[in-house]
Amino acid sequence: MKKRQFGRFGVQKNWTIPYAVFLLVFVITPLILIAIYAFTDADGQFSLANFQKFIHHGETVNTFVYSIGIALITTLVCLIVGYPVAWILSQNIFSSTSVIVMLFILPMWINTLIRTLATVALFDFLQLPLGEGALIFGLVYNFLPFMIYPIYNVLNKTDHSLTEAAQDLGACPLKVFTRVTLPLSMPGVTSGILMVFMPTVSTFAIAELLTLNNIKLLGTTVQENINNGMWNYGAAISLVMLLLIGVSSLFTDDKSGEEGGLL
Amino acid sequence: MTILGPSGCGKTTLLRLIAGFLPATSGQIFIGGKEITGIPPYKRPVNTVFQKYALFPHLNVYDNIAFGLKLKKLPRKEIDRKVARVLKMVSMTDYEYRSVDSLSGGQQQRVAIARAIVNEPEVLLLDEPLSALDLKMRQDMQMELKELHKNLKITFLYVTHDQEEALTLSDTVVVMSEGVIQQTGTPMDVYNEPANSFVADFIGASNILNAEMIEDELVRFANHDFKCVDKGFGEHTPVDVVLRPEDIVVFENPSNGMLCGKIQSVVFKGVHYELTVLTEDGYELLVHDYNCFNVGATVGLAVKPFDIHVMKKERVCNTFEGKLIDASHVEFLGHEFECKEVEGIEAGERVKVEVDFGDVELLDNEGMIEGEVKYILYKCDRYHLTVLTDWDENIYVDTQDVWDDGDKVGISIMPEHIRVIHL
Amino acid sequence: MKHLFAKLYVWLLLAILYAPILIIIIFSFTEARVLGNWTGFSTKLYQSLFSGGVNNSLFVTLLNTFAIAFIAASASAVLGSLAAIGIFNLRHKTRNTVLFLNNIPILNPEIITGVSLFLLFVSLGISQGFMTVVLAHISFCVPYVVLSILPRLKQMNPSLYEAALDLGATPMQALRKVIFPEIKPGIISGFILTFTLSFDDFVVSLFTIGNEGLQTLSTYIYADARKGGLTPELRPLTSLIFIVVLVLLFIVNQRAKKSAVHEK
Repeated sequence: MKKRQFGRFGVQKNWTIPYAVFLLVFVITPLILIAIYAFTDADGQFSLANFQKFIHHGETVNTFVYSIGIALITTLVCLIVGYPVAWILSQNIFSSTSVIVMLFILPMWINTLIRTLATVALFDFLQLPLGEGALIFGLVYNFLPFMIYPIYNVLNKTDHSLTEAAQDLGACPLKVFTRVTLPLSMPGVTSGILMVFMPTVSTFAIAELLTLNNIKLLGTTVQENINNGMWNYGAAISLVMLLLIGVSSLFTDDKSGEEGGLL
Repeated sequence: MTILGPSGCGKTTLLRLIAGFLPATSGQIFIGGKEITGIPPYKRPVNTVFQKYALFPHLNVYDNIAFGLKLKKLPRKEIDRKVARVLKMVSMTDYEYRSVDSLSGGQQQRVAIARAIVNEPEVLLLDEPLSALDLKMRQDMQMELKELHKNLKITFLYVTHDQEEALTLSDTVVVMSEGVIQQTGTPMDVYNEPANSFVADFIGASNILNAEMIEDELVRFANHDFKCVDKGFGEHTPVDVVLRPEDIVVFENPSNGMLCGKIQSVVFKGVHYELTVLTEDGYELLVHDYNCFNVGATVGLAVKPFDIHVMKKERVCNTFEGKLIDASHVEFLGHEFECKEVEGIEAGERVKVEVDFGDVELLDNEGMIEGEVKYILYKCDRYHLTVLTDWDENIYVDTQDVWDDGDKVGISIMPEHIRVIHL
Repeated sequence: MKHLFAKLYVWLLLAILYAPILIIIIFSFTEARVLGNWTGFSTKLYQSLFSGGVNNSLFVTLLNTFAIAFIAASASAVLGSLAAIGIFNLRHKTRNTVLFLNNIPILNPEIITGVSLFLLFVSLGISQGFMTVVLAHISFCVPYVVLSILPRLKQMNPSLYEAALDLGATPMQALRKVIFPEIKPGIISGFILTFTLSFDDFVVSLFTIGNEGLQTLSTYIYADARKGGLTPELRPLTSLIFIVVLVLLFIVNQRAKKSAVHEK
């Protein structure tokens, strides 16, 4: 007998209606508006001028490619630096692992701007120059916890008897890792990659502060355009960014929303 | 009253209908002559003891039990009194202020019962309440429930799949299968005189065989004629016969018995020995005896006429409704089957299709249609399977092969075994 | 000894992670205008932070940020609870659709959320200010509340609601007396989460705050940093925020550990 697992509160399912309306107004409609603005020009006529401008404006295309590059590098560095941390933490070799995990999560809860300014302060203090290196450092610094936490979560929840089974069947520690632990941690890795790549592609404040506005990322371009009243163009770039992120999340096909990371 | 049946037979559904959690799509429900069909659960004079207790974790024992009373806005003193009374009944006095998760399974069970009975319902519904407890605890609780029932004098409607429990506890047993009541009666009735092969198989261990009622008080099975006490089945009628293992007598000397067979296995069961005996004609019977025998020994078997229970067969062959496509094709069970040339019936007409149990072939892989094994009845010389086809209709199969419940099977029927008849 | 490398690696990383914050904390105890100059130990900056006066605008900004966060958190908690209960009772297909929609704000990069809401308010002719910021925060926070309540509903013994009905409670009474107590922890953690998200929010606030002079802490810092300096009083503020978050997380951690043992 197949039992419905969800409650039979009956009438209460209508309580989703106010929420559905809310989502419609404050989430769906704004997104549709971006699309509308992207496809119209300043007079309100349908036009592809914004996209033409995007493709032909050398600087914008450069920024686009550059932003993706920076995002990829940041994600890669976070992965290389962060995975070992997640793995070490999941091995429970510290006397109070939960405290250490908390220490890694703590920065996530402190204002991004403050953290970035703290990085600027650090660089000033050490008399290191700001610029591209600082940018990457700042990005990794900001988003590393977002890579560590999902991977740690997945590794932690992995059934330890699976590693024991592998050992029982004759696998040495390295093989256990490559053939069992690593594949099983993939959901966490994809979650982490998404949670780093997406914000990095769309960031602007960090870039501005850490490079004294010398390096412009895609996010900066959007912000500048919106601020200067070029809403249509700004919307168009936003749409491109949305597509980029949509495509990259299709590649990974995970439920990072449910992971949440922060929940 | 106990509702007894295997999982999925609909007993919990029945209980939920009575409690009010499931609205009835047709039919009516009466309690004490008053109709309650349209009344929501919080207004019905019934209370339920849930399978997983469903105690409110944020309330302590007292508040859990008092929950229903507080809703009725009874004065505090009266609530105290009633709660104390039921706690005493379930032997949980002094547990008022304990938190729910500090209680053991058995204790939670009692609180759940107390919470239900304190509201003085007309009917108490119990949904497999003891299934989560271990054996010793279960047996103790069964006795306590019986005591409680005697003291409270209200109707207990108890649902379980454990036939021993049903037989121990009940005044009346209702056996259900696939949403249909198979038999209602006292535990003794249901055990000694099962109405059909399902009940016979479900209650107690038994040997069920295909037989032929030759005439009143004479039945033939396992290639032997037996005197029995049943009449009214007609002459030369196919029937089912039930023999309880404890009713079969074993003789060391084969010639002393009515049947003769070789012992296949002997298992010591504490009180008796459980023997399987294979007769000369290939019938494997389960026998309980107080004596020990050796495996391989040839023995004689006998059974008293009074202990042979004859039941009507629910069906003698498979019967389906179908449509004749043309002279050599008929459609039933959602598939077009090839059949022998049919004469006297027009193409397109609705027909009755018959297939004998033994003519249905079961395959591991794909067949003409697919199905799932739902129920296996051992008939001593064959297995009688109930297979649910993809078309959502049952097909009954006799086979020597051993299948498991839930096996997916392919089904094939040869043309010469399909009988097409006028509706 | 075997784990020495591993431990060193982790500690090193933590050191790098906290170095900038430590610098800010250390230099909050000095008077120098410029970060990096140590002019002797002093708590003047802390005093200045709390005294209002010259830095009235920072104080006002803090108040605004708190107010926005509180209102957004309260509204999100209410809307999210109702939504979670509603979603929990939907049939499978509808539920998945709503959950998908629910997850969009979580998955969206902040700048998209910000720009889209900006365009919304502009199209509707709503002038940007306090209300728009609050509405914007609610819109991206409620999904988190829903996601922190739903698991509690799933974990709950499904018979509890029916048990309440069985004992004579009407559906509303059953919800109030049985369901809400069960999801209360989820509501609380949702509230805290929303409060923090709102308090720390930068991008969305920037796009929906308008030009009337309203500032949240983040936009204030941003404007400040663009001007080239970091208001010195921000150092003690950062240090205090850091300590508060540290203590809060510690408490949450302890509570989580206690309930995990409890459940075993």
